[in-house]
Amino acid sequence: MIVNEQVAIDHGLKKDEYSKICELLKRTPNITELGIFSAMWNEHCSYKSSRLHLKKLPTKGKKVIQGPGENAGVIDIEDNDAIVFKIESHNHPSFIEPYQGAATGVGGIMRDVFTMGARPIANLNSIHFGSPQHKKTKNLLRGVVHGIGGYGNCMGVPTIAGQTSFDSSYNGNILVNAMTLGLVKKDKIFYSKAAGLNKPVIYVGSKTGRDGIHGASMASASFDEKIEEKKPTVQVGDPFTEKLLLEACLELMAGDSIIAIQDMGAAGLTSSSIEMASKGNLGIEINLNKVPCRETKMTPYEIMLSESQERMLIVLENGKEEHAKKIFDKWNLDFAVIGKTTKSKKIELYFDDNKVADIPVNTLVENSPMYNRKWKKAKLPKKNKIKKEDIKHLKIIDVLKKILSNPNVCSKEWIWEQYDHTVMGDTIQKPGGDAGVVRVHGTDKAIAASVDSSAVYCWAHPLTGGKQVVCESFRNLIAVGAKPIAITNCLNFGSPENEENMGEFVECVQGIGEASEYLNFPVVSGNVSFYNQTKDEGIKPTPSIGGVGLIKNYKKMITMQFKEINNIVLVIGKTEGHIDQSLFARNVLDEKNGPPPEINLFNEKNNGETLLKLIENNLIKSAHDVSLGGIITAVAKMCIKGNKGINIKRPKYLINEMEYFFGEDQGRYILEISNKDLKKVTDILNKNAVHFDELGIITENELYINDKTKVTIDELSTSNKSWLTNYMSK
Amino acid sequence: MKSSVITFPGSNCDRDMDVALKKFGFKNKMVWHADAELPKSDLVVLPGGFSYGDYLRCGSMASKSKIMQSVINFANSGGMVMGICNGFQILVETGLVPGVLLRNKYLEFICKNVFIKINDKNNKYFKNVNNEVLEFHIAHNEGNYFCTNDQLKEIEDNSQIAINYCDKNGNIEDQFNPNGSIKNIAGIFNKEKNVLGMMPHPERMIDTSLSGEDGSLFFKNLINNLK
Repeated sequence: MIVNEQVAIDHGLKKDEYSKICELLKRTPNITELGIFSAMWNEHCSYKSSRLHLKKLPTKGKKVIQGPGENAGVIDIEDNDAIVFKIESHNHPSFIEPYQGAATGVGGIMRDVFTMGARPIANLNSIHFGSPQHKKTKNLLRGVVHGIGGYGNCMGVPTIAGQTSFDSSYNGNILVNAMTLGLVKKDKIFYSKAAGLNKPVIYVGSKTGRDGIHGASMASASFDEKIEEKKPTVQVGDPFTEKLLLEACLELMAGDSIIAIQDMGAAGLTSSSIEMASKGNLGIEINLNKVPCRETKMTPYEIMLSESQERMLIVLENGKEEHAKKIFDKWNLDFAVIGKTTKSKKIELYFDDNKVADIPVNTLVENSPMYNRKWKKAKLPKKNKIKKEDIKHLKIIDVLKKILSNPNVCSKEWIWEQYDHTVMGDTIQKPGGDAGVVRVHGTDKAIAASVDSSAVYCWAHPLTGGKQVVCESFRNLIAVGAKPIAITNCLNFGSPENEENMGEFVECVQGIGEASEYLNFPVVSGNVSFYNQTKDEGIKPTPSIGGVGLIKNYKKMITMQFKEINNIVLVIGKTEGHIDQSLFARNVLDEKNGPPPEINLFNEKNNGETLLKLIENNLIKSAHDVSLGGIITAVAKMCIKGNKGINIKRPKYLINEMEYFFGEDQGRYILEISNKDLKKVTDILNKNAVHFDELGIITENELYINDKTKVTIDELSTSNKSWLTNYMSK
Repeated sequence: MKSSVITFPGSNCDRDMDVALKKFGFKNKMVWHADAELPKSDLVVLPGGFSYGDYLRCGSMASKSKIMQSVINFANSGGMVMGICNGFQILVETGLVPGVLLRNKYLEFICKNVFIKINDKNNKYFKNVNNEVLEFHIAHNEGNYFCTNDQLKEIEDNSQIAINYCDKNGNIEDQFNPNGSIKNIAGIFNKEKNVLGMMPHPERMIDTSLSGEDGSLFFKNLINNLK
């Protein structure tokens, strides 16, 4: 097949990108080479539209062992233990084929983590669907949940937390972001940097098939007359093989045979071999006839671009081949020496004794395109049109019930009961709390993790929204008693070629950067997913933030359910009654205008750190951060979880009752403390200048407001728990 | 007391079981499925997980593993063999316990705490457990126990039903059946009651920080009964 500009365009490359390739090679690439360039230079692998902006994120810190640029980030949790973690998107495949799309998303992220030598100890996910009324939503939700469970459950890794939201902007583009945490000894971390000459390059795992070759860009190419026969572009996952691959890799990693290891994720053999060579400043030579294939007559082009799952590429020490092969044989996995490292600094591929590709590594990596895309600053939010009269006639309990049963607030038990969240025997906080918590096996330490996003806030004002998501993550970790350490981010946006979408990206990233810098909560890994759009309509900007924190003594972990009658309930952080962009304004008053709540980073940090002090001093019985639905929603959830009531006396603020209870001001937490500790607690709060209100006293089983309005907890619980189950069973 | 936990390709509760057995005083060994010989054991456990990826039929390929012949011989000579979750599915496939395990009635994986009522204490697994009802944890996709009417009569006549799903007061009713099992069956014995297959995971209930502590009761009692 002759390569020309049209073929390059059919591969998703731009005209000038194609000219640059010819210029770099000083000749026309052949089809295999063109395929390799198009895979390495696409948005997913090259970050060409985002790199410039991602550079501004804070990525360093005392606890950071490895920041972005490796398979996953690594943080220090003391005693020679480290946590490896990352979040990644699998949005497009999940919309086409929800089960396999979501399953391979989970498989891919776990591979990124165990590639670094860590045993996965927890999975999380952030999934976003269109309006519940949209005809595709129910099946997509069911498929995605089955896919996540199908893969994670089989791997024996607990799924400990997550987030699910519904918004019509996802009608044509659902989001599936999967996150994994792994545990590794600090001195046994493996990297993807190849080193040394003539070292054997090993292929292990599943055989290579034609699945996943080159996705969407090929579909429009008149590549050959048999294009119709190409298998669908969504990869098919096999969690059983991945479980074997995990055990085999960890077994091999226990010794000292491995120089570098890299999983074959997006762009398969192409990106894995090139990344190892690039980082090691070496060349790699591969004989493609040696690659284990599951289909006949695969061409070099297909072998290099296949995205078959559950495969790894390893650079071994010389002489360790037999030892390694024995391990992979034991686990019934393919093992093949397919090439070696060279000093050429080129990727050289051979097939049937012919050289089929010869590309300098730096042309693929350092010389890959980087764009400073045009972007527009977000417009300032319009003023809301809420009038006092609109609110006056509303009854607080009716509104509360409506909010508790809102798809974005309601209990997600239907989802997380389908995920094995207790395997490995260390899950001490299950899904449904502020963060999932797992013990570090055999120690007193525990790791808390949460995944958050606030698309509505980001849409209304990207800069504030970006800050808010980081703060929300910070708060969720603190609410369970964990000291926040670092985050991973999955940046889901529309087209970078659209100036407004690009503007949302730039400003959200700026917000994330400012907040993580201030909170000393650096970004150690992440992924960008652009082009989440149907026709001209992009999704609401949805950065997902995965936060990780450490609890030094797991017995000090805090949960959100109310514990004891007569205990006192406080809210810390100032309540101004901000209802613009709140769930109350959007879903009860149907008012979509207005700015999101303001972020005050000083208060955020101060309130959070003071709460950690209180927890450290054993003064807190339960805690929960205030988010969607405001104070009353947070309190109601604590009642439902603990099966306790509360007698609330609203502080005599000048703001309206609805604004007080449903406003979504930031930096707030609800705390339960015992009577005897009240003075100690308020002293510490006063000393640290943390604003607090006394909200009420825990009672048996009813929620009372100012002694006049009441509702039973059972009633609230039914509102909260029935929506999703009913929706899915209809 | 010596125990052995078999690891099949795809087992994923083998370590958890190892931790639990050791916590309550067993000297436990992990045994690889491709081995032929079973170490000397007072108890053999087939752990939960997805042996062979649950391909073909849950437990069916594992039931033909090399080690299983030794396990079957051990069971037939009166040895204590316990299969949890996928281990139960493997036991059913070997024929050591009667019946089959179908997909859950609502076709979804379920992970949650359940209550079980001990139906028979005339055996080494549950003898001397003071409680009638225990809180255990389930995590499975194929736990819907089924057998023929004739088999059911035989199982009932021999009091081979070990545990049933129930509520916290021990009421065995349809609404407390998480997966559609016939008669709310959560676990059964072979005729001699040295082999026990059950869906719930006692090894996930051995610590107040976890889902609960009734698993501790179970293991403490088990090791005492074996002494």
